[in-house]
Amino acid sequence: MRVVLPSPLASYTANRREVEADGASLAELLADLDRRYPGLRFRVIDEQGAIRPHIRIFVNRSLAPTLATALAPGDEVLVVAALSGG
Amino acid sequence: MPRLHVLVATRKGLFALHGDAARENWSIEGPHFLGQVVNHAVLDPRDGRTVVAAVKAGHLGHTVFRSEDRGATWNEAARPPSFEKAESGEGETVSHVFWLTPGPASQEGRWYAGTSPAGLFRSDDAGRTWEGIAGFNAHPDRRKWIGPPGDAPPDGNTLHSLNVDPFDPDHLYIGLSAGGVFETRDRGDSWTPLNRGVSADFLPDPDSPYGHDPHCLRVHPKARDVVYHQNHCGIYRLERADNRWTRIGDNMPRDVGDIGFPLVLHPRDPKTAWVFPMDGGTVWPRMPIGGKPAAYVTRDAGSSWKRQDKGLPAEQGWFTVKRQAMTNDALDPVGLYFGTTGGEVWGSFDEGESWRCLHRHLPHIYAIEAALVS
Repeated sequence: MRVVLPSPLASYTANRREVEADGASLAELLADLDRRYPGLRFRVIDEQGAIRPHIRIFVNRSLAPTLATALAPGDEVLVVAALSGG
Repeated sequence: MPRLHVLVATRKGLFALHGDAARENWSIEGPHFLGQVVNHAVLDPRDGRTVVAAVKAGHLGHTVFRSEDRGATWNEAARPPSFEKAESGEGETVSHVFWLTPGPASQEGRWYAGTSPAGLFRSDDAGRTWEGIAGFNAHPDRRKWIGPPGDAPPDGNTLHSLNVDPFDPDHLYIGLSAGGVFETRDRGDSWTPLNRGVSADFLPDPDSPYGHDPHCLRVHPKARDVVYHQNHCGIYRLERADNRWTRIGDNMPRDVGDIGFPLVLHPRDPKTAWVFPMDGGTVWPRMPIGGKPAAYVTRDAGSSWKRQDKGLPAEQGWFTVKRQAMTNDALDPVGLYFGTTGGEVWGSFDEGESWRCLHRHLPHIYAIEAALVS
């Protein structure tokens, strides 16, 4: 399925902001993304398995609260780095 | 000919200053990791080419990058320092890696990392993968030592000042923000507080064994059991025979005081050390007293101190020098370097007698490390 990534993650995908990945849940999708782009998952998911504070993940434009969110073929996943810092 | 390689870690990236053997001509290279926080970057003295850097982007989690060609190219650690996953789902998360220390010469590939929240990690493959040291991270008293979650000094509750005893690779010293100095003699399996004699005017019990606030602890690289530290409450020298600290900052001028963050040791003379005092009065401005920045040097193990401000701003110099942002090289005379929160790097090549600005206009400087490379 189509995954849209924010610019802070571009260094992991050779600057591609849209990539393909598979999975029946967000957890599986992120594992697949990490296989394709090593290191990417840890920058958005912490060691306790939680989505990091400044990251939001949307599935078909709806906020996904946890990695257990189910996915179906054709879904669109949007990873957003929230506005913060300075 | 050897030359100087000075790593400058900033809030917005990593830079390297290159100086010739005479330390007259300097050039700058970078930024690496543009826009990302780099808390510390260290060149491995064992091979002179491996650099490990603690990096965190504002939006992303922390990580560690490593270079095998002195910073020309970088690769991310396959497993950065991170706490064990808790079954309850309420385990701790590393905010950022704060301090990096290469292991002793006898342990090739060994590195140590201190984090915020205070955690201790070890790598045995030159920074590619990191494991927690359970003797500290899972110690039953750790929470008492470091305080409750969220009860954090500026930028978080931190494990810093990781020093390996040059005469015993199993003997480590660490500093905990608002926790105190601790040591282990068994590679981190067990820990002992080392705070007797240290003031803690913010603690209800002045004789508490822990809870003190070391800012920067340094172990002398050549002289056995010579340890100094700059604390929230003064400057101290360890009396190893009775495991007690002596407040050598009491010998500083009264109108300057002995509050500050960094402390630097002479690489050969165990009686010589430098500090950079900051205003710790009223609301703790953490800037030079009266806006007149100066280093102070002792050459008699703290019995007396001399002001060193030639070349520094005579007035209206309002910056902070953070605990990792002052260091030395090993040349003779010793070169000293400090970086400011205003992005200036200053150097002295006569052991502090005079200073010159080596570079301006960098981001807020967190850490400086100097090394001689060929």
